Amino acid sequence: MDEIQSLIQGFGIALTLKNVALMFTGIILGVIIGVLPGLGGANGVAILLPLTFSMSQVPGGTTSAIILLSCIYWGALFGGAITSILFNIPGEPWSVATTFDGYPLAQKGRAGAALTAAFTSSFVGALVAVIVITFLSPLVAKFALEFGPPEFFSVYLLTFCAFVGMSKEPPFKTLATMMLGFSLAAVGTDPVTGELRLTFGSTHLLTGFDFLIAVIGLFGIGEILLTLEEGLAFKGAQAKINLKVVLETWKELPTYWLTSIRSSVVGCFMGIVPGGATPASFMSYGVARRFSKDGDKFGTGMVEGVVAPETAAHAAGTAALLPMLTLGVPGSPTAAVLLGGLLIWGLQPGPLLFVEQKDFVWGLIASMYLGNIVGLIVVLTCVPFFAAILRVPFSVIAPIIIVICAIGAYTVHNSIFDVWMMLVFGVVGYAFKKLQYPLAPLVLAIVLGDRAESSFRQSMLVSQGDMTVFFSNALVGSLTGLALFLLAWPLISLAIARLRQS
Amino acid sequence: MSEGSEGKSAFGMRTAEGVVAAVFLTLGAIVIFDSVRLGFGWKEDGPQAGYFPFYLGVIMCVSSLINLVVALVALRAKDKSFVETGQLKLVLSVLLPSAVYVGAIGWTGIYVASALFVAFFMRWLGNYAWWKVAAVSIGNSVVFFLIFEVWFKIPLPKGPLEAFLRLN
Repeated sequence: MDEIQSLIQGFGIALTLKNVALMFTGIILGVIIGVLPGLGGANGVAILLPLTFSMSQVPGGTTSAIILLSCIYWGALFGGAITSILFNIPGEPWSVATTFDGYPLAQKGRAGAALTAAFTSSFVGALVAVIVITFLSPLVAKFALEFGPPEFFSVYLLTFCAFVGMSKEPPFKTLATMMLGFSLAAVGTDPVTGELRLTFGSTHLLTGFDFLIAVIGLFGIGEILLTLEEGLAFKGAQAKINLKVVLETWKELPTYWLTSIRSSVVGCFMGIVPGGATPASFMSYGVARRFSKDGDKFGTGMVEGVVAPETAAHAAGTAALLPMLTLGVPGSPTAAVLLGGLLIWGLQPGPLLFVEQKDFVWGLIASMYLGNIVGLIVVLTCVPFFAAILRVPFSVIAPIIIVICAIGAYTVHNSIFDVWMMLVFGVVGYAFKKLQYPLAPLVLAIVLGDRAESSFRQSMLVSQGDMTVFFSNALVGSLTGLALFLLAWPLISLAIARLRQS
Repeated sequence: MSEGSEGKSAFGMRTAEGVVAAVFLTLGAIVIFDSVRLGFGWKEDGPQAGYFPFYLGVIMCVSSLINLVVALVALRAKDKSFVETGQLKLVLSVLLPSAVYVGAIGWTGIYVASALFVAFFMRWLGNYAWWKVAAVSIGNSVVFFLIFEVWFKIPLPKGPLEAFLRLN
């Protein structure tokens, strides 16, 4: 078992005093980020990314940097549950489904049980996903080593078509935002010919749009503006967790083992295929309600209704790193930001990472196990502290968050123009959210635009402009075929619905 | 829900949908325009620079046209509110000061601008006592100064005050 051996080696790298301290820092920061409105996994990591640049310069520093950033991500995943259960405000989109049963539980005075169930099932979901990553990713990476440009392009195509086929948003809106993202990525110097594209003589646009600015604006400022509409005060339930409640809940949880397994599977699948944590949580909540014997009591405060979405969200959030590491195709916006981090540190994500950067990869995978254990301990012990953050009035916390976003946007390229762009993206994010234009494909398109385009152009060069290169062998053909099927899925499902009606 | 919500709609969903779709259409047209300028065909050494973006622009235009038609035709029956006047006021009360704040960064440096921004919010929207306003806003900037300039050695924009205090 090569994987076990590599994993043990990875633990050796991750288990230094410095790295464990970074895990605690990352998790605590992450939970705070997850709890605060306007800051979430994606833009929290984006804001802190420039800080890790100096960190990555020392030997082994990239591993420490990715441990810090990935732990912020785990922390944010945990943190989303706190606000959903106590305040009925989903701190993160993937914890919306947690409010359905979490908040009623809190109102019944069982907030402690709800939180314990949420944290524990988050942990279980993440653990399953990490085990999947441990054993599946070396295989995928090995397989992908044989990939040429057409294969890579068909993987990108599949990623983006999956968004059209699987998101709840109207397909043409998904397409429009996606193309906007690709176009923004195309701004600046053409990587192949060196010609200037879409700059229209502006010097600010020479380097193109940085996706970090887009992420901070879309998710940070946009979210604050949305939260504002709901008014300025948060009213929440009291959070009390003690050992007795934890142990009692843990005794109850094993009865939901089937729900846990189902939700983990849904989560891992949705994370690897870029469906993301949010649809995974809704899907698994729906599945649990249909199959549970107390299905009709869902929504009134069932522990099972907290277990299902939390397990799936965390499994999906974690599994999203699998395609990011092995193929260089992130499964979620936060994974996309982490991928951007790898590029900034000078690492090339993709199958070669498993060959050339073994220490980095296995250090990261080992840190996922450790980080989630650390996370569980931190959230179970510190809930009252984190809940207190939400009681800070909005008129104090909102300007501070905007300041943090502005600093984060500035530090990307030391440019005030970027801070303006952040504000523009904020307004765009606000409008898009209200009009059901999805943000995730937009961000992923900005990140992957250049790579998708160059793999497309390389394929075209090889085939001399013949599109059939994307069907030239079984592998690339089935990837492209699946992609086109997913792209057409909204039409197919519409047709099926029509047929059923008539 | 929100403070001034008499439920009066500032403008409707249909207007908003239409405007956003029209913006998309314009952007798509710009992309196509520039791709045509660069050339979207083939040269002897392969696809030209506008080859890929041209099709992006085409797809963007087609899908936004469909969105526009959906917005104008399908939504005619039930025009819901996109944003209510009370909500819009709240949103603008954050957005406009934020724009002023970003504009001020270039003049005063980020630390002074941030302190003023936080102070403005706390006093105007929160009605806090002046000593609380001063403590939080100045404290906030001092903490950020320590984190960025001292700890991580990342220089942020500075202005006359930092020059006066010789903190540059």
